Amino acid sequence: MTLIRFRDDEAHEEPAVTLDAFFGQSNATAVRVEPGEDVRVLLPYLDRLQLIEIAFPKFRDGRGYSSARILREAGFTGELRAAGDVLLDQVVILRRCGFDALVSDHVLDADKVNEALARFPAVYQKAADAKQPVWALRHG
Amino acid sequence: MYKYDEYDQAMVDARVEEFRDQCNRRLSGEMTEDQFKPLRLMNGLYLQLHAYMLRVAVPYGTLDSRQMHMLAHIARKYDRGYGHFTTRQNLQYNWIKLDDAADILAELATVEMHAIQTSGNCIRNISADQYAGAAADEVADPRPYAELLRQWSTFHPEFLMLPRKFKIAVIGADEDRAAMKLHDIGLKLLKNAAGELGFEVYVGGGQGRTPMVAPLIRDFLPADELVSYLEACLRVYNRYGRRDNLYKARIKILVHEIGADEYRRQVEEEFLHVKTLALDPPAAELERIAAMFALPPLDPTAPAEIDRSDPDFALWLDQQVVDHKVPGHAIVTISLKPTGGIPGDASADQIDVMAKLAREFSHDELRVTHAQNIVLPHVRKADLYAIWTRLEESGLATPNLDLITDIIACPGLDYCALANARSIPLAQKITERFANLDRQRDLGEVKLKISGCINACGHHHAGHIGILGVDRKGEENYQLSFGGSGAEDASVGKIIGPGFSEDGIVDAVEKALETYRGIRIEGERFLDTYRRVGSDPFKAAIYEKASV
Repeated sequence: MTLIRFRDDEAHEEPAVTLDAFFGQSNATAVRVEPGEDVRVLLPYLDRLQLIEIAFPKFRDGRGYSSARILREAGFTGELRAAGDVLLDQVVILRRCGFDALVSDHVLDADKVNEALARFPAVYQKAADAKQPVWALRHG
Repeated sequence: MYKYDEYDQAMVDARVEEFRDQCNRRLSGEMTEDQFKPLRLMNGLYLQLHAYMLRVAVPYGTLDSRQMHMLAHIARKYDRGYGHFTTRQNLQYNWIKLDDAADILAELATVEMHAIQTSGNCIRNISADQYAGAAADEVADPRPYAELLRQWSTFHPEFLMLPRKFKIAVIGADEDRAAMKLHDIGLKLLKNAAGELGFEVYVGGGQGRTPMVAPLIRDFLPADELVSYLEACLRVYNRYGRRDNLYKARIKILVHEIGADEYRRQVEEEFLHVKTLALDPPAAELERIAAMFALPPLDPTAPAEIDRSDPDFALWLDQQVVDHKVPGHAIVTISLKPTGGIPGDASADQIDVMAKLAREFSHDELRVTHAQNIVLPHVRKADLYAIWTRLEESGLATPNLDLITDIIACPGLDYCALANARSIPLAQKITERFANLDRQRDLGEVKLKISGCINACGHHHAGHIGILGVDRKGEENYQLSFGGSGAEDASVGKIIGPGFSEDGIVDAVEKALETYRGIRIEGERFLDTYRRVGSDPFKAAIYEKASV
C-alpha cells in the first residue's frame, strides 16, 4: 500500500465510511464511493466532506474518473483519493480528472510517478485540472 | 490535409517514448500481461494467432503520399511486405514483433502518424466519408469536425477506460458512404432553416452479436457545441454502460435497455451541466483546422471529355470513377479486391504505386474507404487514362466497385484469435466463381460481406448478402443472411435458413443471385428485389436439393 498525495495539507485521519454509513451517520467527514454508486448524492454535503475516496477494485473499471470530475465540477476542494488497483500508467488520467491523492494496492515508485506526470507536454482537452488545452494555447 | 503543429508533434513523440517505457517494463516483468494488455491495445497492438498485429490510425481515412510511402516502408522492413486496409479506414500489419513496436511507432511519428487508440475500450479513430471535400452532394466537409474530435478524444482522461470500445463516424452528405448509423455515435452535418451548420446525432448503432441501427438522439446540435454534447453522451455511457458482461457493454445495449428517450433525457440533463464548463474549442480553432482542408486549386475549365476508345479503360471508368464537384475532375476508387485476392490487402510495391499516383495526379491526397479500397479524390479527367495504365501495370485496375466481388471480409481464422471460421478463402472462392465481369455487371450492385465470427468485423449484418462463419461441432459452417445495408437506408440482414459448408455457401449465393436475375424489375438491385418480394423465392431456390 502506497499513499501518494499531491496536496500540501495534512492527510485526513478519519477512516472513510461507506455511502450507506455516511447517510446513517451525519457527522462523518470522509466517505468512500464504489464504482456503481452515484456521487451526485453527495453534492449537498461537499462543504463538510474533507476526503472522498473513490474505489478502483479493478483498474479497467473507469467509472471512478467520471465520479471524480463530477465532484470537482461541483466545486469540491477536499482530498479526492483514488484507492485500490491503481497503476503507474493511470496516474496521469487520475490527476487530470481531479484526483489529488492515491492509495494503491501496488508499490508505486514516487520518482516514476513524477516522471509519468511530466511526460506529456500538453493536453488536448479541458478536464478537472488547471491545464490549458492546446486549443487555448494556440489561440491564447 | 491536416498538418501537425509543434503541439501535435510533441504529443505523438511523447506517446512513443511512453510506449517504449511500457514495453520495457513488460519485457522486464515489472508489469504483468494483464496490466500491459490495455496499454498495448491503446497503441494498436493486438496479440493474434501467430504474431502481434499492429493497427495504424489513418484519421478519417485521409493521408498523403509521404505517409503512404511510410506504410510501404514499414511493410517491407517490419512485416512481410504487405499491409491490410481495414473497415475503419486504418491499416493493419499482421506479422509484427513486440520488440519492434516502439521503433515502428517512432518511424510513423516522423510522418505525423500514430497508432493511438486504434484498439482498447476507448474512443477509436474517427471515421468519415471517403469522398469528403470532393463530393458534389455534401453540405460541408466533415473532416475538420473529425479532426476536432480526434484531438478531443486523444488521451481523454475520463474516457480511456470505457465499458467497451467506442466508434464515431462523421458524414456531410445525404448519401451515407461511411455506415454512420452502425457506429456508437454517428454524426451527420446539415443546415437548419436559418442556414446554420449543425449535426444530427445518432447514438447506439453497431454490429457484433447484437446488431442495431442507431436511433436519432438529437435532430439538430449546433456545430459549435459538438464537444460538449459528446462529452455528455460519453459520460452517461461511462457511468451507466454495463460492465458485468463483455458482450453487453457497448453503448447500443445501454440505449436499447433504457430506451432512446430515456438516454436522450439523461444526455440532455448532463449536457446542461457540461455546457457550463466551456469545453468547446473556440471558432478560431475550427477555422484553423478547416483551412488545412481547403479544396486544392482545381481548374474548373479543365477538359471534361474522356477518350473511351480503349474498351478496358472504358469499363474501369464506368465502374471506378465518379464526378468531382469541380467540373473536369473526378474521384477515382482503386479496388483492392482482385479475383482470388485478399480483400483490403496491398503489397508494399502497390502502396508505393498508389502514393506516387496521388502525388502526381491527386494533389498529394489519398483516402481509405470503409469498404477496404483506396480513393484518389482530386483527379483531372484528362489524367484518368494515365492513371488507369499505371494501375493496370500493378494489378490495381480491377473494375468491380460495389459489385459482387467487391467483398468486405474480416481476417478470419487465418489470423484472428477470436474467429470460428476462415473468411479470406471464402472471399477468394466467391471472387473466382463470379470472375466473369459481364456477369458481375449484369448482377449490378451487390454488397457481400463476410465475418469469421459473431463479432461481425466483416460487417455481415450490413451486407446485402451477409455471410457469418460459425463453428458447428468442430466444422466451419456458414450462415447466410439477406437484406442488410450500411448506407443511408441502413438495415440489419436476416438469416435465411440453415447454414452451409464452404462450397455450399458459394453455391447458395449463386442460386440467390440467379433467382434475383429471374424476378428483378428493371432498375432493381438485389437488395431492392429482396425487400420487395421477401425471402421465400430465394429460400425455395437455395434449399431445393441444396448441399446443406
